[in-house]
Amino acid sequence: MDDTDRAIINALQGGFPLSEEPYREVAAGLGLSEAELIARLERMLKDKILTRFGPMFQVERMGGAFVLAALAVPEERFDAVAEQVNALPEVAHNYRREHVLNMWFVLATETPEGIARAVDRIEAVTGLKVHAFPKEREYFVEMRLKA
Amino acid sequence: MSRESRGHGREPVVMDEVDRQLVLATQNGLPLVSRPYATLGEQLGIAATDVMARLARMLETGVVRRIGAVPNHYAIGYAANGMSVWDVADERVDELGPAVGGLEFVTHCYRRPRALPAWPYNLFAMVHGRDRQEVEAKVAAIRELLGEACRGHEILYSSRILKKTGLRLAG
Repeated sequence: MDDTDRAIINALQGGFPLSEEPYREVAAGLGLSEAELIARLERMLKDKILTRFGPMFQVERMGGAFVLAALAVPEERFDAVAEQVNALPEVAHNYRREHVLNMWFVLATETPEGIARAVDRIEAVTGLKVHAFPKEREYFVEMRLKA
Repeated sequence: MSRESRGHGREPVVMDEVDRQLVLATQNGLPLVSRPYATLGEQLGIAATDVMARLARMLETGVVRRIGAVPNHYAIGYAANGMSVWDVADERVDELGPAVGGLEFVTHCYRRPRALPAWPYNLFAMVHGRDRQEVEAKVAAIRELLGEACRGHEILYSSRILKKTGLRLAG
């Protein structure tokens, strides 16, 4: 990763243009060619420097649901349980955290009922209790970090 | 601009079938081609201008938070990622939550239900840093802001990303 990659990441955490040739527009602002910008984005996605590039959807606004949940997984079963949990398409992301509740994941479903089904399914396949922490209020969300 | 999130508490946005198809077509990412909206329009059988108008509407209504890149925290140098969790007096949390969310280093801030007795925390604030020392300094600033309303807190560091795909609607 070089300074140009960093500049691209910082520039693209803002709003990507809704215009005919948006990459050309962003590239011009960075002093790059469109082809170079696209090639660098492809490489950063492939190398997992970027986890994705595109619209970030807020599933609740479409009538769906998004819930943070946690499991206390016995250490010796951790990898197997991670595989079982990650196998569900409803699991949008999943992190290992240092706590008795050591697996924290987000369930995103198209309907509110989908959350309960996903929770039941995870409890059935893992035999572990799912602790759900639905949000009651959102005070702030903006995933922007300076690279 | 206020740091309070858009779209909270409003009725869900009505999406038509083409909107849904547009979500499906872009949930893995935007095409990396010169005219991405034209490419999407071809896939969906609509004009590029219609694709842009639909995305503009989704941005306005909060269905799309933004269009952009999501960096891997670790890859861009944020080695320490702490979920700070706080037990804040119920009568103060809605006043203090937006103030915590307003700190420039907090990327997500929510009120969530407690799970007593094991889990007394009702306020969650995500804090990222180059190392744990940096996260701890930021968490100390939150602690100070919360003052007497804070009855306890913990930092849960993430030690591994197990999955990070984002939303996936079933096709």
